[in-house]
Amino acid sequence: MKSLRKYLDRIKPNFEPGGKLQSFHSVFDGFETFLFTPSTTSRSGVNIHDSLDSKRMMIIVVIALIPCLLFGMYNTGYQHWLAIGASEFPFWQLMLYGFCKVFWRIVVAYAVGLGIEFCVAQWRKEEIQEGFLVSGILIPLICPIETPLWMIAVATAFSVIFVKEVFGGTGYNIFNVALVTRAFLFFAYPSHMSGDGVFVPLKGTLGIGDGTAVDGFSGATPLGQVATNVGNTLHLTNVVGEPLTYWDMFLGLIPGSFGETSTLCILIGAAILLLTGIASWRIILSVFAGGFLMGLVAHTFATPSYPASMLTAAEQLTLGGFAFAAVFMATDPVTAARTNTGKYIYGFLVGVIAILIRTYNNGYPEGAMLAVLLMNAFAPLIDYCVVQSNMRRRMRRLNAKA
Amino acid sequence: MHIKFKSHIHIMAKLISLKKGLDINISGSAPVGTPANVCPATCAVVPDDFKGIVPKMDVKEGDTVLVGTPLFHDKQFYDIKVVSPVAGTVKAIVRGERRKLERILIEPSQTPDECINLDAKCSSDPVKAQRLLLDSGIWAMIRQRPYGIVPRPGGLARDIFITAFDSAPLAPDHEAMLADSLPMIESAVKFLQPLTSGHIYIGVRPGSRIEAVKGAEVIAFEGPHPAGNAGVQICNVKPVNKGEQVWTLDLPTAVRLGGLVTTGKLSYDTIVAVTGCKIKQPKYIKTKIGADMASVVAGNIDGDEHIRLIAGNVLTGIPVGIDHFLRYPYSQVTAIPEGDDRTDFLGWASLSTEKMSVNHSFPGHFLKRPFCPDARINGGRRAMIMSGVYEKVLPMDIMPEYLIKACLAKNLDRMEQLGIYEIIPEDIALCEYVDPSKLELQKILQDGIDYIYNELS
Repeated sequence: MKSLRKYLDRIKPNFEPGGKLQSFHSVFDGFETFLFTPSTTSRSGVNIHDSLDSKRMMIIVVIALIPCLLFGMYNTGYQHWLAIGASEFPFWQLMLYGFCKVFWRIVVAYAVGLGIEFCVAQWRKEEIQEGFLVSGILIPLICPIETPLWMIAVATAFSVIFVKEVFGGTGYNIFNVALVTRAFLFFAYPSHMSGDGVFVPLKGTLGIGDGTAVDGFSGATPLGQVATNVGNTLHLTNVVGEPLTYWDMFLGLIPGSFGETSTLCILIGAAILLLTGIASWRIILSVFAGGFLMGLVAHTFATPSYPASMLTAAEQLTLGGFAFAAVFMATDPVTAARTNTGKYIYGFLVGVIAILIRTYNNGYPEGAMLAVLLMNAFAPLIDYCVVQSNMRRRMRRLNAKA
Repeated sequence: MHIKFKSHIHIMAKLISLKKGLDINISGSAPVGTPANVCPATCAVVPDDFKGIVPKMDVKEGDTVLVGTPLFHDKQFYDIKVVSPVAGTVKAIVRGERRKLERILIEPSQTPDECINLDAKCSSDPVKAQRLLLDSGIWAMIRQRPYGIVPRPGGLARDIFITAFDSAPLAPDHEAMLADSLPMIESAVKFLQPLTSGHIYIGVRPGSRIEAVKGAEVIAFEGPHPAGNAGVQICNVKPVNKGEQVWTLDLPTAVRLGGLVTTGKLSYDTIVAVTGCKIKQPKYIKTKIGADMASVVAGNIDGDEHIRLIAGNVLTGIPVGIDHFLRYPYSQVTAIPEGDDRTDFLGWASLSTEKMSVNHSFPGHFLKRPFCPDARINGGRRAMIMSGVYEKVLPMDIMPEYLIKACLAKNLDRMEQLGIYEIIPEDIALCEYVDPSKLELQKILQDGIDYIYNELS
């Protein structure tokens, strides 16, 4: 460590203004502060600071996403093995298969996003901000595993530039960067974002998992099946036509976007975020409350013309991206409501609208993404009303005196 | 027995329980005991410590001064004077850039302190009472909400708040150190009575010996720092509205005033807690206001280099060198490591138990033992990312994040509507401490207060 520190100190002058590599100053600074917490001391105000900084905050979110990531790898392999009619599911082969599938998607998302961040930071002569550390891992997790790499690159670039950087960078964006990436893909390349063929990979990779899909294979997600369901009862099946249990849905052994199928792993992530106090329990709780309530209402008035209303409230919460959105998307502090009262309202409406869109709009089998984006737009308005109430209280006090 | 119990209930102070806030656990607290006398080699008076005063000098270098001799007065309100805390000679008047008055140095004489003659009698006439406060220099030690400045003479205060305890990290236990001061507090309250049209409130800790004071309402505040801050106490008793003035003074000032009224003698002696993890032997000392640091911490600092010596507490105190002085209103010195010589490999990933944090991802959070934090900001400055962090440590009906944004935007209406008249930087010091974005909140708020003060007056 000492020698690394010495090495950094030796090459540092090259990156200072006037040095040979001055156009990489931000990049160097980013790596330096990543490796060694800067020893800058306070110049005004408090003489001591809490040890928590934004790097650690972001890393904790990434750690909270790891259970979902690992499960996503397993599930990708598992769905593929199911599809090719295997009767044995060798754990490490499944994991390796899933890893090979997701690895390049993570690399592309980070390379494109961080590349843009590095350039912008250098251009603005600012420090590199850590926000994309989280977005970069979220993007592969919320996309179908068969999304082409170039699409991920294009959507990430669009999102980082037009949703984050034009607003001023991390901390100033109105919409969640990862979700806009997903929305961009959803609206620009709809055929690659839904349907039977995108959630379950059928080709083998590196010689692992070679085989062809069995007869009767269908790669539709449970919500996709719901959307096309006909009749008075729901028939949810896995990729080879066997009926799905609630346990499968909860564990996440179902087709779906890479990292968002397992409610169990999402809950592990939620526990990490809540125990460390990084995510707001108010938001998570109220999203689930809103979703559950709307699910109950929909189920009470179940009708075959809106087949999703035949799902129970508990199923609504475990299927699709709902739980993932509640824990990792709605809680993004920058784009969520910032006042405590506002968080309850914001979260509740995210939950309600997600189920509302999912149930009563047959055009979109899943509503979580749109619900969060919609409420991102309304979060400042909610906060405005909460802040107004504080101001009115003060005004009333003044008027009472006069 | 029964009657005794009843009477105890009768005189028990009103209790306000505050939940929000944070007690930072730092090692090096001073044990209560008889304070050693420390005679300063030099004393300094720093005009910047008296916000709202534009200083005009009354003395020049070489002048002989007594305790209470005016050193400078306010340019606009001549009657506001800042006086010498010791008898001696004006050694130097230090000016900085653009001849800004930085400090006045006084060399104490060897003879016992002689003070100016004052007609120190209680009077029901507010003008006479005010005159004594102004002439004795105690006026300049009172603060006014809004703005946290020295009050403008003339008007009456809506209420007067005496804060009888300091809840800041390692703060001196004024009540224990001023044990026999109850009569002084009573005479101070009696003296201040004509200067307010409302009440005199005394904020104490539950279980305080100050249970009932004639003419004042005693209120006990339970809960973590900043429960001892005047702003927090006012906000939870009767918030300041636009156009109102509330005066605040701390216990040492009240006792000083009481002493003046009872004995007729003016004394700027003060008890100072020498604290912090880089102090060899934390202790209380008795010295003069503005005493030089070298005398105060003589031989008591653990190490030579990379030490931060703070006049005041770690949250709001001013980092000063060993060649500097105690600063008003602090009766505390804290020494912590500076930390600029430390390298922290992958600091953001650290699981070290030495790291102090409110966040549960640091194992040290769960250990109930004192820390020795250094002055590093532990991260880089960022935009406000996390929400709801500041609120947790501010027990006031104020939305700190929005107030700070209004200050940054210099939006006067918003600042007013969001309660800038109720708050001063010390109240949000904890917000600045916990902020993961490492923003200079106290500075931003002070700039906002200065801006609105200059615009509206």
